[in-house]
Amino acid sequence: MTTLQPTAETVPVPAAPPRYDETILKYFTIAAMFWAIAGFAVGVLLALQMAFPAFNLEPYLTFGRVRPLHTSAVIFAFGGNILFATSYHVVQRTCQTRLYSTKMAWFHFWGYQAFILMAGLGYLFGVTQGKEYAEPEWYADLWLTVVWVVYLVNYLMTLTRRKEKHIYVANWFFLAFIVTVAILHLCNNVSLPVSVVSVKSYSLWAGVQSALIQWWYGHNAVGFFLTAGFLGMMYYYIPKQADRPVYSYRLSIIHFWSLIFIYIWAGPHHLLYTSLPDWAQTLGMTFSIMLWMPSWGGMINGMMTLSGAWHKLRDDPILQFMIIALAFYGMSTFEGPLMSIKTVNALSHYTNWTVGHVHAGALGWVAYISFGAIYYLVPHLWKKPAMFSKTLISVHLWISTVGIVLYITSMWVAGIMQGLMWRAYDEMGFLTYSFVEVVQAMHPYYIIRALGGLLFLAGGLIMAWNIWRTIHVPKPRIARKPKPALAAAQ
Amino acid sequence: MTEHHEEVDDATGTKTTGHEWDGLKELDTPAPRWWLIVWMVTIVFAIGYWVVYPAWPTISGHTGGLFGWTQYEKLKVDQAQIATRQGEYRRKFHASSFEQVAGDPQLFEFARAGGSVVFKENCAACHGAGGEGRKGYPNLNDDDWLFGGDIHQIYHTIEVGSRSTHADTHMAMMPAFGAILKRQEIDDLATYVGSMNATQPPSVAWVNGQVLFQANCVSCHGATGEGNRELGAPRLNDAIWLYGGDHETLVETITRARAGVMPTWQHRLAPDDQRMVAVYVHSLGGGE
Repeated sequence: MTTLQPTAETVPVPAAPPRYDETILKYFTIAAMFWAIAGFAVGVLLALQMAFPAFNLEPYLTFGRVRPLHTSAVIFAFGGNILFATSYHVVQRTCQTRLYSTKMAWFHFWGYQAFILMAGLGYLFGVTQGKEYAEPEWYADLWLTVVWVVYLVNYLMTLTRRKEKHIYVANWFFLAFIVTVAILHLCNNVSLPVSVVSVKSYSLWAGVQSALIQWWYGHNAVGFFLTAGFLGMMYYYIPKQADRPVYSYRLSIIHFWSLIFIYIWAGPHHLLYTSLPDWAQTLGMTFSIMLWMPSWGGMINGMMTLSGAWHKLRDDPILQFMIIALAFYGMSTFEGPLMSIKTVNALSHYTNWTVGHVHAGALGWVAYISFGAIYYLVPHLWKKPAMFSKTLISVHLWISTVGIVLYITSMWVAGIMQGLMWRAYDEMGFLTYSFVEVVQAMHPYYIIRALGGLLFLAGGLIMAWNIWRTIHVPKPRIARKPKPALAAAQ
Repeated sequence: MTEHHEEVDDATGTKTTGHEWDGLKELDTPAPRWWLIVWMVTIVFAIGYWVVYPAWPTISGHTGGLFGWTQYEKLKVDQAQIATRQGEYRRKFHASSFEQVAGDPQLFEFARAGGSVVFKENCAACHGAGGEGRKGYPNLNDDDWLFGGDIHQIYHTIEVGSRSTHADTHMAMMPAFGAILKRQEIDDLATYVGSMNATQPPSVAWVNGQVLFQANCVSCHGATGEGNRELGAPRLNDAIWLYGGDHETLVETITRARAGVMPTWQHRLAPDDQRMVAVYVHSLGGGE
């Protein structure tokens, strides 16, 4: 018993290097959650500003400055960070390898957060290129280019180290997202700064060419950032969470190639009945219609992955998030082609219908598939058996679903009403409603929308709390004797 | 991929492709038939659409489509539809003087309806949806007119604006008396202007103000404060105030003077739209 021979427990075993880079994934996940809450909160502020103009706090928090802050925060900060977290996670797991370079990943992380701050602060101080979803000025654009190239190289080099010969479908989508966003970003932001010390720049593009490039960019930001990237996420986390094989390999090939080929043409549908030549409008519209089924391919493949496992949907709120996400994805990718039809667009363009459509996709699809992935990732990364509270996941699910439904139904009604009121004219041939009367008619719907947004934000806060409690398990409280000092004071 | 192990998925009875990544497999299910069919239908629709409408760029232009449809032609058709609805009335209005319009109830209603639309889109932002005005923006329902309230005068004001860029714009300009009178004098003057119609002098300040008024203001505003439309000098002896009739506001008005601007609508509105909105404003209640 007193021997000095080392026992098995005390032999220093050389620690094997961890199989995957996971700390970086934790950082990206937390950053995504942080920006999600910030972005949703700013969204609620905007919704309130639309309903009650007094919420415009001059000069920094006026609608014009806060609006790009919201869109950039939710798309690029929340969406971006969760895409980076999941793409780095999925590429490592499906290639059975660590990241090519951990250092590059850290540069990517901090570089990207710096980009978000540069862009966001710029908006508040009124610095903007005035291009929707491409508001950051030249210096932020250049910086993002550097960060993005590092991301691309790191991702590609990790892929080359894969153990499995075939590349998993999720990685095709992630790669399409990274490559295409790089091209879009470079083409739409070609500009000349006034001087090296000026924040202001002038675009190389002008007039209708500028508009066309802008919407080629803008629509494919939807197509490749918010669709392809998140489909990549879907293709890993749904089969994982459902523990089922992907429904159809063949469908994934056809819908992947058709989606990326057709999406890139659809941008001109943002410019119907403008000075864009008729022929370009026609192509934008028809390619949007042909895009319907390629988009649905992803929904079918995701939903049918549950074949033989539908019962799992009954009591797994994480899976519920993912499947509801696909339902909203299917709905908004049907609505999109519908709205691109010229006669429909003549009614819907410039109305709240568009805003509702975007949010059906953004809240219902992008945010929900991300929530599902985050609920999967957090216990996985922090090595916990499960999320702190399954009930809270369900509460989050229902409170935010009600929020989304309030949001999109109010915007449908408001948008269609707005479109009809604008075009209504009386028997004498005069417009029936003035602009301000239409604004007035929107008021109740703007309030309902703000309420929907508030519920969605509340769901996000519940999620953040649930994540916090999962990561940080408080030590059980030890009963202590009352402190004498306190006792004396009483 | 012979080195992979194909297997059959128990739940669906479908073969897998034999690949495996991190425990993930894929079934070899064919793409759903209905999916392919609907997709082909959308493609056929698109091709048909390309034949009918302008679609593909060529070296020297683009394919024109079967019927030569362009959005500019469509605009013309839609505008013609409106023109047909308004048809006879618009032509008649164009050829009629204000007096003739006033004498033809149907034409008058037409002009009023058209003017109301123009008003709500262009004038309501300042003058209010019902022309009720607000501080600095005249009420158009009352009998008080800066530059005249008969229909020709209203039309003229719409055309040239007030202190606008139009060469013939109304250019009423009251001096800022802050640089001319003493603070006490302005105070007295405001006391007088605020209650010009008093029959008994209510205070010393009022009497002093009256003297100052006679010396400085009567040339434009008239001996009894009745105003002068030729000069655009407002009437002061009524209860209608553009900026406010309380003492403090009057002191501010006298000290700094006011110079509200109304733009010229000559190049912003079609001539007949200007005339229609004149008919509308004239009909609001204060028209002379």
